[in-house]
This record gives sequence, C-alpha cells and structure tokens, in this order.
Amino acid sequence: MAHLNLFAFGIYPYIAIAIMVIGSWIRYDREQYTWKTSSSQLLESKQLRKGSIAFHIGILGIFLGHFAGLLLPKELWYLLGITTQMKQMIAIVAGGIFGLICFYGLTILIKRRLFNPRIRATSNTMDIAILLLIYAQLILGLLSIFVSMGHLDGAEMLKLMAWAQHTVTFNSVAAAEAISGVHWIFKMHVFLGMTLFVVFPFSRLVHMLSVPVQYISRQHQIVRQRFVR
Amino acid sequence: MKVRAQIGMVLNLDKCIGCHTCSITCKNVWTSREGVEYAWFNNVETKPGIGFPKEWENQQKWNGGWVRNKSGKLELKIGGKRRILANIFANPDLPEIDDYYEPFDFDYQHLHTAGDTKHQPVARPRSLISGQRMEKIEWGPNWEEILGTEFAKRKIDQNFNDVVQKDIYGQFEKTFMMYLPRLCEHCLNPACVAACPSGAIYKREEDGIVLIDQDKCRGWRMCVSACPYKKIYYNWKSGKSEKCTFCFPRIEAGQPTVCSETCVGRIRYLGVLLYDADKIETAANTPNEKDLYQAQLDIFLDPKDPIVIAAAKAEGITDNWIAAAQRSPVYMMAMDWKVALPLHPEYRTLPMVWYVPPLSPIQGAIQAGHVGMNGEIPDLKSLRIPLRYLANMLTAGDEAPVVRALERMIAMRAFKRSQQVDGVEDADVLKQVGLTPVQVEEMYRYMALANYEDRFVIPTSHRAYAENAYDLKSSCGFSFGNGCGDGNNNVNLFGTKAKGVRQVISVEIKD
Repeated sequence: MAHLNLFAFGIYPYIAIAIMVIGSWIRYDREQYTWKTSSSQLLESKQLRKGSIAFHIGILGIFLGHFAGLLLPKELWYLLGITTQMKQMIAIVAGGIFGLICFYGLTILIKRRLFNPRIRATSNTMDIAILLLIYAQLILGLLSIFVSMGHLDGAEMLKLMAWAQHTVTFNSVAAAEAISGVHWIFKMHVFLGMTLFVVFPFSRLVHMLSVPVQYISRQHQIVRQRFVR
Repeated sequence: MKVRAQIGMVLNLDKCIGCHTCSITCKNVWTSREGVEYAWFNNVETKPGIGFPKEWENQQKWNGGWVRNKSGKLELKIGGKRRILANIFANPDLPEIDDYYEPFDFDYQHLHTAGDTKHQPVARPRSLISGQRMEKIEWGPNWEEILGTEFAKRKIDQNFNDVVQKDIYGQFEKTFMMYLPRLCEHCLNPACVAACPSGAIYKREEDGIVLIDQDKCRGWRMCVSACPYKKIYYNWKSGKSEKCTFCFPRIEAGQPTVCSETCVGRIRYLGVLLYDADKIETAANTPNEKDLYQAQLDIFLDPKDPIVIAAAKAEGITDNWIAAAQRSPVYMMAMDWKVALPLHPEYRTLPMVWYVPPLSPIQGAIQAGHVGMNGEIPDLKSLRIPLRYLANMLTAGDEAPVVRALERMIAMRAFKRSQQVDGVEDADVLKQVGLTPVQVEEMYRYMALANYEDRFVIPTSHRAYAENAYDLKSSCGFSFGNGCGDGNNNVNLFGTKAKGVRQVISVEIKD
C-alpha cells in the first residue's frame, strides 16, 4: 500500500507534469494547426453563452485558489495574519462559491455536448472525455468540502499543502508521506488532478496556454512581409 | 508618404448576369471541405434582399466594422480591446450557423438502392453537420435568388433606409433587382485584423492581401463579428477561421483570381493601386460618413507622378509593379473615370473591392419613352433602381458620386451609339458629364469590350529573387507546418482527424 501511495503521490505527479510540458511543446511545435479553443459557438450559441461564461469564471477562480492555497507557504499566510483555521474557512467559502458557479456552467455544457445533435455529431471523443473528467474532478472537489467541514482545525489542509510544496521542491518521499493519512476523497481529487495534467496536451485544454494577453498592448493593424527585402 | 501597393478589384455590376459561376468555381477550389460547406468566400446576392448571412448589412444587429467613439477616435464597433477580451468565453455578436444556413446534401444513393415501391424514390436532404434528416430546407446560400421570398422579408434590406416610399417597390410593376457578387474586401483598415486576439490575421505588405495564419489562429472568433461584410467564416471542423485568400498563389504568379478568371460576363477587373499608408488612419477616421468615399480616393497615389514613383522605389516596390499600377484598370475606373465606388464605405474599413453601379434598367426605360431627359442625359430620378438605394450601398448615402458614375456610363453609350449608328461624334453629351472623347474610347475599351489583358493587369511577385530558390528545391511545398510528413497513418495523438478526408456520417434510411 505504501508503494502504491509513493507511486501515486510521489512519482505520478512528475510523470504527469513531464507529459504535460513535453507533450504541449511537441504539439505546439509540430501540430500547431490543432492548437485551438475548438469553439462550437457557431453551431449553438445560447446554451454555450450560459454555460461557458459560468464555467470559465468558476474554473479560473478555482484554479487561482488552488495555486495560492497549495503553493504559498504557510509562513506567508501567518505573516498576513491569517491562521490555518481562517485559511481553511476562506478555502471552503471561496472554493464552494466558485465551485458551484463552475458546476452550474459545466452541467449546461455537458448537457449541450451530449444532447444537442449538432454538437454531439461534431465532437470527438476527447471533447466529451475532457468535460466528463473535469466534471468528476469538480464533484470530488465539492464533496471534499463536506469532509473539511468535519474538522475545521486545518490539519488536513496543512497535509495537502505539505504534499504540494514537497512535490514542487522535488522531495517526493516526503510528499507521499505527507498525504498518506488524508481522507480518500482528497486522494482521489489529487490523483484525478494529476491525470488532468496528463491529458492536457492531448485535449483542447491547451488553449489556456494561448490566453491572448498580448492583444492589449499590440497595434491594431498587422502587416507582414512575405519576403524580407 | 509611405507608398504601399495593393491588388484591388472592380466589379462592373452593370454587366453582372447573376450566373454564380464565380461562386461555384471559388467553392470548388477553396471551400468544398468539411467544416466550410456553408462558407462562400464569393457569393452573389440578389438585391434588394437581406443577403448572406442574414442581414449582414445591419450593423445595429451584428456590430461589424469601425465607429468613431465620443472622443473622436476610431474603435471597433464590437468594442475596445478590453471588451473583446471580456467577451472571449462567449462572443455576443457571433452569427449562428442558421444565420448562414445549415449545409445539406441529398441521399442520392437511395435512388439506386430503393426497392420496389408504389412511389418513385426521391433523394431527401440531410444535414452535413448532424447527419440528421432535414424535413424542410428553410434557408440556403442564395435563397433570395431573382427576388425569391416575399417583399415583406426582403424590405428590411438596410439599403432601403431613407428610400422614399420603399413599399412601392414591392409592387410587381415597380419592382427592381440587381446582383451583388461579394467577396473579402481586402480592406486597407481591416476590422478583422484589429479584432484578432491572437494576432493571426495580417495584411501582406507587398500586395495587400489579408490572410489568416491557420497555425496561429486559436478560434476566438472575434474576426467573424468584427468584419462588417461577414466574409470571415469559422470552420466548425478545424476550429479555425477561414476567409477569401484572393487566390494569392495565382496572384503571385500573375494570374487573376479564380472568380475573376471564370467570370463569363467579364465584369471583374484586377489591378495595382498605390496608396499612402500613412494616411490610412486619418482617412478611416473622417468625421462625416459621406466624406469617406472621397477620403479613400485621396489616399490613392498617381502612379505616373515622378515623386510617387521615386517614393515607391524607395519602399522597394519593383518596376514591374509600378508599370502595372500605371495601366491598372482599377485605378482608371476608380480614379480617372470615377465610375467604380466602394461597398459600404461607412464601415470605415477602406474596402478595396469596388463596384460600378448597374445601369441597365434605365436604358430599357428610355427606349420605352418613360424617362424624362435632363439635357442630353436622361433624368436619373426616373431610374428603376432608386438612386438612394445605390447610394446607401456604395457611397454612405451620398447620391452625387452615383449620379456621376451612372451619367458617365449613359454618356458613353450615347456617344458610342451616335458614333456607330448615326456616324456622328456627339461631343455635347460628353461635355455634360466632363469626359473627353479619348477618355470615352478608353472607357469603351475597358468596360464594353473588356479584353482579358485589359481586365487583368497583375504583376508577378519576385519570389525567385527574394528567397533562396536552392533551399526550396525538393522541399515539400504546402504543408501543415509539421515537415513533409503527410500524417498518413490516421493516428494523431493530438486529435486531428485525417486531413482532406470527408468523414461521412452514416445514416440509416428508413422509408
């Protein structure tokens, strides 16, 4: 069991991140024609509007929350005067709100993708699989709130933070040890989260690496020379 | 002065017979693929009508093109950069497929395989998107052909704005029609380029062709909304936007675009225009919409002016391009004779596909004795097509340039008629419209005879000089940027389907 734990939470994260980074790199380099948002708004706009906006706002909130919550060291939070208990409450409330917004949007998007004949016919397997994976991950995340409510001392959260911070500092044994005692829902959530990293380069998720931030500062018009004189 | 060259196009609507050869040849070359069945880089609309996609000219609805904002600055009508990015999760101004039409095909095979039945078997339509049976086809790329559909629906055509008593044009005796072939305008101030968050759309410096970099396009679809002509199409299969390429591989080789080459009415002209790129922004930002036509004329440069030639050479424009500009039919029609006018200059994109307004319905009426005369020229107020309608389409509502163009064309006909039939040179008719006999002979040569080599004056690109041809030897030509591999094993980790293969959605036919 300990071996399995070490593999799932000490080794698998590195495999997942490696696949994500190298896979995205290869795709960007060799198959950029496939690098896209894969929007289906042309075929159905109304449901997409309702679902997509909520989904994206929700998931961006959750993403930033996880980033800050897991990776910022606890000393930094203490410095800001936030105790572990307070931080857990913030995580539960903010995560819950964004989670529900995301859940609302994703439910609409999944319903649309599976039951709108135009969308269904033009979806490939990965389009459907990625939605269902995120849905499962989101539901696990929302369920974990109930587990957290059972122990508001923040100890469980500290273990997860320790896992994340040990992982990014390449201390895999300590990472696997830190997480070994947490509730199975958290473990499932972490494992599925790593799996999302694995499928990232093979799915439409790559579009998040192309957030067009440059657009704000660029000139309106673009002129290209075919031949440099 | 920053001289740039552009290949422009003029379409002589007076001679368009609405045969759709341009659309069909374009379709066969460029958009016969899955994902763009619904897209027509070139289409021919019957006017008055709402067009393709539905009501594309209604910018209250689609928010295409540019506007001057309160502080007098030029801004996209869909909003500034921040608003565009804020709408990135769902574009509020995107047409849906039904605004174009649901692409369909017919079950022709059923005609071969149908069993012995009481009734003759028919090939019924089915959707090319969902593969499902379509019981009724409700709209198509050319639904209003020859005034199809009722006038009540067609009269919301935006060009009817301010046309007095537009309802009378619904009556059979008063009705009128004209054809409007449309393609990408390859604008000097393209709204699509400005709206692309990825920066994938660009204008080529050497010939002004606006293209979408298919590798850089991420499918944010803002270009579709920003283009007021709705000439960018989202490929629902590839997830990228596509548009008219002005057949650039042909243009580079000195050949006309497919639509121009195959035009049986010989209505299309291609030629080089030199313009001052420094003046684009000021011209597009002209306060009064009605001045936009003149503002665009003002940025075109005279290719025979020695100062312009020197400046063009300094910019690296080659001699064959300057020579082509000097005998450009587009320059003659737009600048010398002023018979060609831009399509909807009020969108402030400075379009580069121009139109000669249609004249034919007048002549028919004159011969029947219905038209009052204004000196030597018939009074254009009694035209079958209301002047205001044409002016709304071509000059942002200013009737004077339309009148000038139409009168010059009538004068050309009158002059040539008296010359050929009566054997007299009727100089009076020319004086009234400000043309000389020499000019009219030229107009006649270009617009009436319209020989191939006069219509298409396209200089070749100097590719061989600019690139190292040795490196290109034995290379793989057009590819998807992943080397010479043809991706022929049908397996792609990154989820592309095999290219160029139509994945027919199999359907069970139950009858």
